[in-house]
Amino acid sequence: MNALLRLTLLRTMPALFFLAAAIVPASAEAAVTAGAAAAEKGGAMVSLPAGTYRPLYGKAGDGETRVEAFRLDRDPVTRGEFLAFVRANPEWRRSQVRGVHADRATYLNDWTGDLEAGTARTLRLPVTWVSWSAARAFCESSGKRLPTVKEWEYAAAASAGERDASRDPAFLQRLTSEYARRGLGLRDIGELEPNAWGVRGLHEMTWEWVEDFNSVLVSDDSRGVGAREFDQVCASAAIGATDPSNYAAFLRYAVRAGLEGRSAMGSLGFRCAI
Amino acid sequence: MTLNETAKKNQPEARRRSFWALVGGATTIAAALLVLTAANLFRDPGSSFRPAVPVKDLPSIKGEMVAHLTQAPEVPAPLDRDYATKVIVELETTETVQRLADGVDYTMWTFGGKVPGNFIRVREGDLVEFRLTNSKTSGVPHNIDLHAVSGPGGGAAVTLTLPGGGSEFSFRALNPGLYVYHCAVSPVPMHIANGMYGMILVEPKEGLPKVDRELYIMQSEFYAKAGKKGEPHTLDFERGVAEQPTHVVFNGSVGALTGDNAPVVNVGESVRLFVGNGGPNLSSSFHVIGEVFDHVYGEGGSEVTQKNVQTTLIPAGGSAIVEFRTEVPGTLVLVDHAIFRAFNKGALGMIKVEGKANDDVFKQIKGFGVMEH
Repeated sequence: MNALLRLTLLRTMPALFFLAAAIVPASAEAAVTAGAAAAEKGGAMVSLPAGTYRPLYGKAGDGETRVEAFRLDRDPVTRGEFLAFVRANPEWRRSQVRGVHADRATYLNDWTGDLEAGTARTLRLPVTWVSWSAARAFCESSGKRLPTVKEWEYAAAASAGERDASRDPAFLQRLTSEYARRGLGLRDIGELEPNAWGVRGLHEMTWEWVEDFNSVLVSDDSRGVGAREFDQVCASAAIGATDPSNYAAFLRYAVRAGLEGRSAMGSLGFRCAI
Repeated sequence: MTLNETAKKNQPEARRRSFWALVGGATTIAAALLVLTAANLFRDPGSSFRPAVPVKDLPSIKGEMVAHLTQAPEVPAPLDRDYATKVIVELETTETVQRLADGVDYTMWTFGGKVPGNFIRVREGDLVEFRLTNSKTSGVPHNIDLHAVSGPGGGAAVTLTLPGGGSEFSFRALNPGLYVYHCAVSPVPMHIANGMYGMILVEPKEGLPKVDRELYIMQSEFYAKAGKKGEPHTLDFERGVAEQPTHVVFNGSVGALTGDNAPVVNVGESVRLFVGNGGPNLSSSFHVIGEVFDHVYGEGGSEVTQKNVQTTLIPAGGSAIVEFRTEVPGTLVLVDHAIFRAFNKGALGMIKVEGKANDDVFKQIKGFGVMEH
């Protein structure tokens, strides 16, 4: 090789090295940021394998319920994501939503306008005051769906360390304390530890819509109209429940029992599944 | 004989036979009817001659009014009517952080904003139209079970109310007496333990005897578990199951009826206490230090069941009405006489009696110090 060329290369190699050292990590970082941003935009999902869990309501002796493998959003759907959705789908805006899909008196109650969902910090919070119909429409728009009760309960049985902590009294006490703060304000999702599946905020943020929210009770005892609702209240809720100490589960099922497709609450949000 | 001749010869006999067959048949039918009638007569007279559900004579309803609800220890004024009316009761459930004791804030679930819930006063025979709403800021649904109600769940079956929502039902106040009401959404112990109880008085048709002062007292327990720093206490479920409260209080917090919060009455006044026990677990040995109950309506029923009582038992989810006349000035102390609860857990209240001393009834003869000889 030409001696001059060799010398030039030798002289510039360190500089080239520095240049490479500068570019490569930067692009890697850019890739991570882009990935994170994509995740922020509602991408990040967690895969849960098929398994079993013990539901709160079941016929005595039924034992565990089987859940097929599925994917679940790592985090609840945010206000920012829902804002993008109503921007693209005007029929779901507050002023235009149809009565059969949502009650205009409650739908997106805490937004200040059709497309005003708050500050940058507020946009990262879970969206609430959405009806079941609206939640389904959002999930469908990204090729997803709402999780079923079974799937949600299966994912939510996990503590930080264990996949099935549903019989751990300390875990259940923590859940009851979390539920007691429901009206007291939402934390940033980044503050929350993922559970053993990698899912965040199932208990600490809001109640969450599920696809079959009104099929929560399996009972042989049909005492006529209103029987299902009555089973959720008074002492009869404890009859037929597999674990009367699981107050956290009772609270979740009691909330579901009162809902209709148009219902919306400040403490009720959702996440999607595939 | 030919066939014809045989037939002719047998005709009278045939006629006789069919006659007796007829008689036999008729007798059998008559006998059967007789047996059935006899059976009817000796059957339980109630089952076939009365309707399946006995129905009291319900008075007709004249007019309507909105109930005036009060917060403990105040009681709505005695009802001044001799007819049944439609009473509209509007009550809202809330969930707010409130003081349970010094240094202990607790997320209280309430009927009407405070623990215990508002006092409702109606008259025997009234048609009560109950409108329950649940604050928009609540996190869970609520409902109501009033012990005065004859009907499914005491109303709970038809009043499940989501935050931001409302429900309505009506019932007839068939039974006079003092009744507890509480929330009955599952898990029921949690809703009650967090403060969702109150009382409804159904005055008997003839009203209660007049007294100078009526007060509303409700005992209950709390099972409080400290939250993270800066956050309120919440329900300690394990303590609740073990029935080991951290606090036993009158009217929803330690000190709700002491010091400046103590009601004041005058010497010589007759006092009636409507005392309830929201539980969720403990029964109360209710005693007023410095007084004897002249009358006790045991278990909050509509009749005086005992006179001259020192301490009366009030079951969890029950009540009692006690009456006494104050004779001397001083501070009456209300306690649950399961005495550790009064001194260590907060089951202590006061009524201040003001006025002239009455040495005939109570007099100090010698004070502290060494006895003089």
